[in-house]
Amino acid sequence: MAVTAVALAWLRNLFAVVMLSGIFTLTAAVVYVVMDAVDVAFTEAAVGAGIATVLMLGSLVLTTAEEKVQPRRAIAPLAMVVLTGAILVYGTLDMPLYGDPSAPAHGHVAPRYIRDSGREVGPPNIVTSVLASYRGYDTLGEVFVIFTAAAGVIVLMGRGRRFRGRAKRDAKDS
Amino acid sequence: MTFPGLFNYWVAIALMMIGFYVVIAQENLVKKVVGLNIFQVSVFVFYISISKVKGGSAPILSDGIELYANPLPHVLILTAIVVGVATMALALALVVRIQDAYGTVEEDEIREREESS
Repeated sequence: MAVTAVALAWLRNLFAVVMLSGIFTLTAAVVYVVMDAVDVAFTEAAVGAGIATVLMLGSLVLTTAEEKVQPRRAIAPLAMVVLTGAILVYGTLDMPLYGDPSAPAHGHVAPRYIRDSGREVGPPNIVTSVLASYRGYDTLGEVFVIFTAAAGVIVLMGRGRRFRGRAKRDAKDS
Repeated sequence: MTFPGLFNYWVAIALMMIGFYVVIAQENLVKKVVGLNIFQVSVFVFYISISKVKGGSAPILSDGIELYANPLPHVLILTAIVVGVATMALALALVVRIQDAYGTVEEDEIREREESS
């Protein structure tokens, strides 16, 4: 997975980059299955690898498929990234170990969801019950976000088409 | 093969840093969006790895299973994936719009054009 990501950073042909990012997301989905998150893996494979790739291809059609060759590899961003990474790794040294059942994340409401959701909500899939019932407002908020994003896309693209018409007219006049 | 217990965090950090590098070092705007996507996936991997319980199974109730993975991060990430795709669509629409206005999606060329006009 990391190899795909590095290849993504190096490649210049944007079509290949988009295809690789599809592979990257599918690999992520496999990783989720390994870590017992089957619902998330479904969503990632369908939405992340499917719709996102189509969107990117669509925008490549409207822009350019080839990236310009950069004259130099900047060293400052690389140093910055390495520094940030080192600080983050230092931060993980206190974190609970992978798969530790007594980690703080597994306390609080999670055991109650696992214990009671079958009786209180019904479906055997705990993720579904939490998503639709206990955290229904979260999902409502998500719908609002998607609606706003869709409205923004429509406004931008609609204007873009009008703008292109105007640019053509300007070119004819001059 | 056994990994040290903190390996999952390190993978997430490595991915995050690759995404971060792409975002700050590349001039091409489409590439930047891809970098943001990598960054996002690294956060997802981080959350999902937190929710894993050793010896637990997927959070679907069935007889004879006592130990489940923590369902709460799964729900959060499900929401985050869909929201992420929505915001990515918005970002790509902006990129297409910039292409219309400037005729390029390379950041330095856009800057040149801004200064010369």
